[in-house]
This record gives sequence, C-alpha cells and structure tokens, in this order.
Amino acid sequence: MTTDLPTAAGRGTVRRLAGTLHRRPRLRLALLLTAPLLWLAVLYLGSLAVLFVSAFWTTDSFTSQVVKVWSTDNFHALFTTPVFRQVVLRSVGVALAVTALCALIAFPVAFYTARVARPRWRPLLVVGILTPLWASYLVKVYAWRLILSEGGLADWMLAPFGLSGPGYGLPATVLTLTYLWLPYMILPIHTALEQLPAGLLDASADLGARPGRTFRSVVLPMVLPSVAAGSVFTFSLSLGDYITVQIVGGKTQLIGNLVYSNIELNLPMAAALGTVPVAVIVLYLLAIRRTGALNSL
Amino acid sequence: MRLTRTLRASAVCAAALLLAAACDSSGSGGTSATGLNPPDLKAPTKLGRTEGQVNLVAWAGYVEDGSNDPKVDWVTDFEKRTGCQVHSKVAASSDEMVKLMKTGEYDAVSASGDASLRLIASGDAAPVNTALVPNYKDVFSGLKNGAWNSVKGKMYGIPHGRGANLLMYDTAKVKPAPTSWSAVFDDASRYKGHVTAYDSPIYIADAALYLKATKPGLKIKDPYALDQKQFDAAVALLKRQNANVGEYWSDYLKEVSAFKSGDSVVGTTWQVIANLAASEGAKVKALVPKEGSTGWSDTWMVSAKAKHPNCAYKWLDWIVSPKVNAQVAEYFGEAPANSKACAETSDKNFCTVYHAADESYWKKIAFWNTPIEQCLDGRTDVRCVPYAKWVQAWTEIKG
Repeated sequence: MTTDLPTAAGRGTVRRLAGTLHRRPRLRLALLLTAPLLWLAVLYLGSLAVLFVSAFWTTDSFTSQVVKVWSTDNFHALFTTPVFRQVVLRSVGVALAVTALCALIAFPVAFYTARVARPRWRPLLVVGILTPLWASYLVKVYAWRLILSEGGLADWMLAPFGLSGPGYGLPATVLTLTYLWLPYMILPIHTALEQLPAGLLDASADLGARPGRTFRSVVLPMVLPSVAAGSVFTFSLSLGDYITVQIVGGKTQLIGNLVYSNIELNLPMAAALGTVPVAVIVLYLLAIRRTGALNSL
Repeated sequence: MRLTRTLRASAVCAAALLLAAACDSSGSGGTSATGLNPPDLKAPTKLGRTEGQVNLVAWAGYVEDGSNDPKVDWVTDFEKRTGCQVHSKVAASSDEMVKLMKTGEYDAVSASGDASLRLIASGDAAPVNTALVPNYKDVFSGLKNGAWNSVKGKMYGIPHGRGANLLMYDTAKVKPAPTSWSAVFDDASRYKGHVTAYDSPIYIADAALYLKATKPGLKIKDPYALDQKQFDAAVALLKRQNANVGEYWSDYLKEVSAFKSGDSVVGTTWQVIANLAASEGAKVKALVPKEGSTGWSDTWMVSAKAKHPNCAYKWLDWIVSPKVNAQVAEYFGEAPANSKACAETSDKNFCTVYHAADESYWKKIAFWNTPIEQCLDGRTDVRCVPYAKWVQAWTEIKG
C-alpha cells in the first residue's frame, strides 16, 4: 500500500505548488484561461486574419493554385465591379428586411408568451417556440420550397383572394429566412418582457397613460436593447446564409453564393468577398453597442 | 426496386457530379491540338508482383466497398482477388484531385477532363500501357484517344464512363416539342420565369454550342475555345436568357421538384434526373437537340510517382471490367465505358437509356473541358478566354 502513496518529496512539491497558486490569484487565472483564450485567438481570430491576408494573394490561371504575390486587385475588383456592389447591397438589404420582419413578428409573440399567457403555460410556449430549432435546417427550407412552389400551399391559400404566392425569388428568401431565425429574436424579447416589473406598468396606468402610451414610453425603451440583441443573430445569420437562397431564391445570388462559387478556383477572391460580411457585421455590432444591447446578450 | 436504385444512383450522382461540375470536367471530343508538351514519361512494359495495397483518389460513388450501402460493393472482391488493399479518398473537385495527386501519395485517380489535362501537363500522371489492361480492348472506341485523356496518340488513362447534358421539357406545357436549344435561348420568353439552366460557369459552353450552330459568323469551332468576341456573344445570350430563367439548378433534387411542380418547364438536365423526374410522375422528356450537346467523361489515370503501380494497373483493369463497370455506371447514373458492360447491367434497358453503345449519339456531344488561354481548337492568332474569366462572367450573368 505504501507504494501507492506519493513520496514525501512529491507531496512537498504539490503542496508548494498549491501554496503558490493560492497566494497568486492572477497566476491561477492565467493558467485557467490560457487554453480557451488560445483557442479563441488562434482558431478564431487567427483564421480571420488568414482570411484577410489571403485576400491579397492571386491565383495561377491554369492550375488555380494560390500564388502568394501581394496585390490589391481583389479588393479593387470588389469595389469597382458593378455586380459585386449590387450583390453586397442586396445581401445587406435581405439581412435588414429579415431583421425588421423578425422584430415585428417576435414582439407580439413574446408579449403573449411573457405576460399574457398563464404563468404555467409560459415554459411550454417557450419550448414550442424552440421546437423548430430541433428540426434540420434543410428539411425546413425544402418544406418552404414545397409551400412556395407553383400550385403549392401558398398559391392554394391565396387563390380565394385572387392572389398567388410569391414564387421563388428574393421575397421567398426573405420569408424563409424570417421563419428560420424568428426564435432567435423571440427569446431575448421574451426574457426582457418577463423581467419587466409589473409595478412599472401599473404605475404608468395609474398616472393615466393608455396602453399605447405605456408601450411607447415604458415597455419599448426597456425592451429595445433585447430587440437589438436579437437582431444581432437575425442579421448576421441572414447575411451569411447561402443555402436558403439556393433552394427558394430562384436565380438570386447573395454574398455567400459568390464566396462559394469562387472558393475552388479563386480562393483569394473568395477571401476578399468573405471579408465583406465580416466588415458589415463589425459595423453593425459597433452600432448596436451604442444601444447597450450587447450587455443583455 | 428500380426506383430505389435510381434514387440511390441519383443521390450519388448529385453528390459527385455537382461537385464535379463546379469546376471540372471532361475534355472536348478529339478535335483539339492543345499544344501540350508533357514531360517524356515512360509507361511500364510489363507488370510485376502486386504490392499489397493501392491508394486511390476518386469521385464519390466510384470506389464503393459496401460501407455506404452493403449491396454496393465492388472493392471487396478486388481485394480478395488481387491481394491489393484499397485505400480511397473521395475528392470534392478537380482542383482537390490535382492537389492530392501532386502529393505523390496516391497511385491512381478518376480524373475529369480538365484535371486530366493539368495532370498530364505537369507530369503528375504517367502514360498508361493499355496492353497491360486487358479490358481496355472492350472500351468504346469513342472514348479512346480523346483530347482529354491522350496526348499525341499516347493514352494517359483508362476511360471510366460518360454522360450528356440534355434538354428536358414538360410535355404538357411545352408545345410543340422542342428540337433545338432555341427553346431555352431565343424562344425562352415563351416560358418566361419557367426556364431552368445548370448553375455553373461551364454552362457558358452550352450557349457557345448554340451560337456555333445559329451564328456561323462567329466561327465558333469548339465551345471550350472562345476568343473574346465569341465569349462576349455567349455571355450576352445568357444575360438575355437570365430574364426568362426561373431558377438555376445545381442540385438534382431541386430540378426534380421544380419539374414536378411546374416551376420549371424547360431546361438542361442529365439522364438520371430525367429518369427520376419521370418515375416520380412528372410529364417530362429529355433529348439531345439538333445542335448537339455538352457532356462529361472521366478517366482513371496512374500517378507518375505511384508507389504501387502494379496494384494500380490491376485496379484500372478491374474498374472497367464488364461486371464492375456495369455496377458503377448504374450506381452513378452514367454510360459505362466497357462495351461488354451492357450485358451485365441489372436493368437490361440501362445501356439503351444511357446510349452507351450509340457512337453517333456521342459524336454530337462536346465533352467538358477547361478553357485555357491557348485556344483548344488550335488557333494561334488569338488568345482564348480562360476559365477564371468564365467564373467571373457567370457571376455577372446571374446578376
């Protein structure tokens, strides 16, 4: 049995180490955080840096191999080619439209789940909102493809009103993305509304405010940061998506599609295109930070 | 049972071909003088003992050992007979294939036209002594000595299979039945919003093929060798077509569903997709229009640095042996390369449907090739538009 016990010298080392760590909380923290921080810095920021650097390289036109010759041609092409500008604007437009639609739909839904529904139903409703996230992304998008197809569910439901579905294209893309990312918008708003003290609403009513005024002057200012937080998800997810638009977008192309079509033959161009959503999202986050939304993420 | 087989075939077809199509594919038929001067490599004159293993790079669905589907297995028998253990790596694109072959760790590759030309040019692929591949004699003559698998009469591989890009239309909605690609180009406005086209830069060649027949003034000889003027004309035609396109397809499921629902009524397709759509109840027909058509063809090549050349030769012979070639062609959904494979297919009609033995049919097909600056049709007074420019133009066509 004695052989299983650490030797006296070993015990002494362990104890010394433990003592050192105990006395120096900063060292403890550094050791704890090194691994995850390295992961963040190397794998995440590092690959972003490589992406950015490789955007300045070129390719050999015959073998398509990356040639490490410094050039700004790709960024020049990015800013001067009309089709790139058009696609970037279209992608940002889609992301903004999806975000606005999600916010519009999510607010009443979250208000119901957080304040109107009976308390014991609330967790179930939240689960219900989360359920679509358990289904495969592709299954959901293909379902929308069937809904929006010619003579599909959308056409059939709108036929009595003399209308027809949007068909495949930009509106279909916005609609499908809105459906996909809606839960990411509902959840933060639901949380914010749930935490809203009932006393504030009562006070507002006691002071003579009608529901509309209460909403504008009390609820909205307190919940807005959560809307902004949700919009970070809906905006960035929409900006990066390239599969939905392939399935229901008809002939529409977004930034992601351009990256995809360049990745095999012109990696540097794909990298240059790939920095666009990164830049847009950084700008968006900076704008959002001013609302204080990042604190409630 | 037929349906499940077709489904499976299409699934693999989609997985591999789509990727294949994105940037690759096969050489144009026999007319080229590419001016390629590959390094002078020697093919072996006789085979030695097998080395016990072989490393392959292949498209998905070409090297099946039963791990994807227990019933689809032509590797296990090969291993038993030759004692060569097979290690295969599925490549997602021609570029990846070229990269992998450059490492020198692989013995053989199922290369498509553009990859094969690059491998030959860079000296990564060795000429093949076809006398050491007994089954080569049964390969359809139309696949031998093609511009994409041989240089100056020297074969650089063993042909695997081929397929054509067809014009598919909805028989109920497209009347009269089209016989020309004009249905998707000059007359496309009749089906505005319901025209479909293959989503790849290589589709520009389809427009060039149509212009070759309809605009003789442009003097297009080879749809993969376009000078700036010819190229601009093809791009302009595709931009006009874009106004009438409902959607571009790159996914076989997408095209099948679009034809079933009527969102697409006319456009390019592959035989497997036409079969699948018809079996699912869509009223469609597919044909090679009078202008001819584009298509693809793959070749098994041996690395110049192969460490297991004897096993590689055994594999080349095995994959084009009648029974195995029939299996892989049916699984993948393409016409087999071996003429005797047609007697071995489980669906006795398979070779008829895929026109395997119909050389007059393949004469009309311009096999995919990668456009390079040196015009593939032999012109030396102009520079042709390279594929990288095709990729850019394709982005602009879609807008």
